[in-house]
Amino acid sequence: MPKHKFILNGEKVSVDAPDDERLLWVLRDRLGITGPKYGCGLDVCKACTCHINGPHAFNPCSVPISEIKPTDRITTIEGLPKTVHKALHPVQQAWLDYDVAQCGYCQPGQIMAAVALLEEKGDKITDDDLDALRNICRCGTYFRIREAIKAAAAEMK
Amino acid sequence: MTLSTTESHPLEASEGADGISRRRFIGYALAASVVVGAADLSRVTSADASIPTVQPVDYFDLSDLLTDAALATAALITITVNTNGTVSFALPRAEVGQGLTTAITMIIAEELSLPMSKVEVTLADAEPLLEFNQLTGGSNSIHSLFDQVRVAAAVAQRRLSEAAARALQAPLPELTIENGTISANGRTIGYGTLTGLGAVTRDTAVLAELKPQSEYKLIGQPQQRIDALEAITGKKQFAMDLDVAGALPTMLCRPPTINGRPIRINNHKTVSEMDGVTDVVLIPHTDFVPGGVAVRAETFGQCIDAVRALDVTWGGGPVDDKSDADVLSDLIKAELPLTPALTGNSTLDQRFTFYFRAGDPLETNCAIADVRADSVEVWSSLKSPIFAQQRIAAMVDLPQSHVAVHVTQGGGSFGRHLFADAAFEAVAVSQAMGKPVKLMWHRTDNFRHGRVHPMCTSRVRMSYSGSNVVAFDQRHTSVATDFSHGLGEILSATLADVPEGDFLAYSQSIFLLTANVPYNFGLATQLLNEVYDIDTFHTSSVRNIYSPEVTCSRELMVDQMASKLGKDPLAFRLSFLREPRMVAVLQAAAKAAGWGSKLPAGIAQGIGLHHEYKGYAACVVELDCRPETVNRKIKNGHGGPRVRKVTFAVDVGLPINPLGLEAQMMGGAMDGIAQALSYSLHLKDGHFLEGSWDNAYYTREWNAPFDLDVIVMPANSSEPGGAGELGVAATMAAVANAYARATGKVPTSFPINHLDPLGFTPLPTVPPIPQSPTNGLSEEF
Repeated sequence: MPKHKFILNGEKVSVDAPDDERLLWVLRDRLGITGPKYGCGLDVCKACTCHINGPHAFNPCSVPISEIKPTDRITTIEGLPKTVHKALHPVQQAWLDYDVAQCGYCQPGQIMAAVALLEEKGDKITDDDLDALRNICRCGTYFRIREAIKAAAAEMK
Repeated sequence: MTLSTTESHPLEASEGADGISRRRFIGYALAASVVVGAADLSRVTSADASIPTVQPVDYFDLSDLLTDAALATAALITITVNTNGTVSFALPRAEVGQGLTTAITMIIAEELSLPMSKVEVTLADAEPLLEFNQLTGGSNSIHSLFDQVRVAAAVAQRRLSEAAARALQAPLPELTIENGTISANGRTIGYGTLTGLGAVTRDTAVLAELKPQSEYKLIGQPQQRIDALEAITGKKQFAMDLDVAGALPTMLCRPPTINGRPIRINNHKTVSEMDGVTDVVLIPHTDFVPGGVAVRAETFGQCIDAVRALDVTWGGGPVDDKSDADVLSDLIKAELPLTPALTGNSTLDQRFTFYFRAGDPLETNCAIADVRADSVEVWSSLKSPIFAQQRIAAMVDLPQSHVAVHVTQGGGSFGRHLFADAAFEAVAVSQAMGKPVKLMWHRTDNFRHGRVHPMCTSRVRMSYSGSNVVAFDQRHTSVATDFSHGLGEILSATLADVPEGDFLAYSQSIFLLTANVPYNFGLATQLLNEVYDIDTFHTSSVRNIYSPEVTCSRELMVDQMASKLGKDPLAFRLSFLREPRMVAVLQAAAKAAGWGSKLPAGIAQGIGLHHEYKGYAACVVELDCRPETVNRKIKNGHGGPRVRKVTFAVDVGLPINPLGLEAQMMGGAMDGIAQALSYSLHLKDGHFLEGSWDNAYYTREWNAPFDLDVIVMPANSSEPGGAGELGVAATMAAVANAYARATGKVPTSFPINHLDPLGFTPLPTVPPIPQSPTNGLSEEF
């Protein structure tokens, strides 16, 4: 089986996996990183949202491991606080402040998507921007997600 | 103070010297090296044991029934004080996001005057002795557990206090109890020390005095979820995150139609030799599992590849010839007759149709199972774990005591986890392969083969004379709802006229225990009939049993009646409502929403009311039906009318955690919006067309309201009502009414978009699941 190398949450990793295996399964089933959740495997629900090379969101369920280069830096929810050298990323803190989570299954993906969106839009985030978030929350925490992101955006000013 | 014998009774409230009313119960300190408090409320229920066959829902509802059934084994509810000063409780209910572990932590911390951080609540394994006290359903957990947990905690508190009184040489009334310590005479001892001193060597009856409501410091105050930090850091573990030795990823290849049977694998060797695949096994259809072909591999990615590569010969299923219109026709034929109309009265008469919808949590059906020759171990999110354990024991032909069922944290439920479908499959597969398996459903399977809320119709006829409503008739007709998960057993054990295994009787009992008309509309009759056997479709109640449809139909008709009589929907309701608590929530919601304010053409408000689970709910929404909104472009998604604002007032009697209650109402509102406007499954030739979240239009961020206000009414009772499902029906009805007012068209089939042209291309049924995309990096933002 081919060997693949990349940087995961700041650490170099090397893993044997078929070239076409999606990164989600490499993370969850081979490396034991369970923060990114399976919700559909179709790049639809966004429960597995992670970052690549900075706070750029993508869905590892839809990326073959062969597309990940040795220099690529992958961040999962587990590694998010370290990117800002804090115990919690400010968006995670906003999630706590607004008690956003219910069952919590989608929330790692929601937070990773929100961080990327805020990186792109900054404190000028609008309702239209928030509408562009595709992550599903079946518990229906959408309104608190909006509140938490707006609060995190205000903190960025 | 004298101890009563074990002949305890609903110990009446007594008034202490401070004038505060205190409720007393008998509980037990159990023999152990530390203090273990247990509740015993079995006698409390005896007063109500003789339950008439049919009782008006006003006096006895589903919450009462479930609570009474649970109290019979309250003595098994135990709370342990540990030597490190913490308190532990194994909760005999599921946590699926509803916030129960947080609320129970609050209740225990309150009764024991502890910080919440010192209370550790875990999910109990299946414990058959609990009988009916380990079912999570009917929004009943808080209602049924409130007294049980408090009494067990109060027993522990009493033992700790008595130990402290001896150690500190002070009488009980002179003790100061706070933050897990007890002080007197200038000395302080912690619970960790006291627990050994208060322990008993044989079970001992203890008079437990509950903390009076006026002294509550935690209950009624907003508290954040106890698992919030774990959830937002990715540390919260769900079933598929557990590392069970040897349990490799496993998936099933499922039939092209609902309940189709696997006949033969035509390429067993080819698939067995695929990368990473360890096993390929045909799982026949049985009474326990629908069947399919199971594959086990190193990763789920390899399972998906193997499932897609399988060539299977399938037998048909029981509904291969059925589509939406056929089911509708069967429902209409089965509708029970209306009460004959009185002459001289006018009537409004309308039938509403509600299509199938998925009870799909974000975590798909999943379970881990390890079946050995003489034992079974299972991990799954289960709301009815005793039922699961019983059935698994029967499946593998072992005594129930040899089957360990661990209840994991659930990633949502919405009725799905009342059943143990994934657990049964995992057991069947593990047994067939002789290996542990980590079994997970694909999302597409979850939509197409998972349990659905049954399609139904609700016909309402309101009779009126002058400006008065004189009769209200509702005939609800539904595809049979499966209650075989334990709720049915509770009904047959509790209600005299419900024989075991009589599924229509189960359904009709539940209908009568939940359906209600909160208005003075004269003679009200609400009746249910069902079509098909319970295993024709895979059904369950989905975040409410009958109420969303029953209530939505009723509230739409109330608006029509108001219009007929030239009344405003708010004024009309206020003049006919029966109960002051319902009036209060309606007034609160209407006031906060600014009912009647001027809105642009195409935008309208709507009202919906709902009473259930000892609670009262009123919702006012503002719905935007302007063409520019309805037709806004959403990539791979559904826009449609948008609820701009939700105002929700809720009275649950005694709110335990107002923050959690708000969350439940918000979530319920999102379900109500989806059910009214967009979320359904289309049945065509025996299968559902939807196979992804971009097909089944549950509320997404672009459908969510910009404003959402939940008003929690102040405590007006010592009894906490249910919350998990309370938010759905009122919101669904409010959205439906707003749609009628905004467009001038009264919607009669739901969701409102169901009969529109399909907004997606259905995925193939063979292979049953789609391959994951490969362009994920181009989709980043």
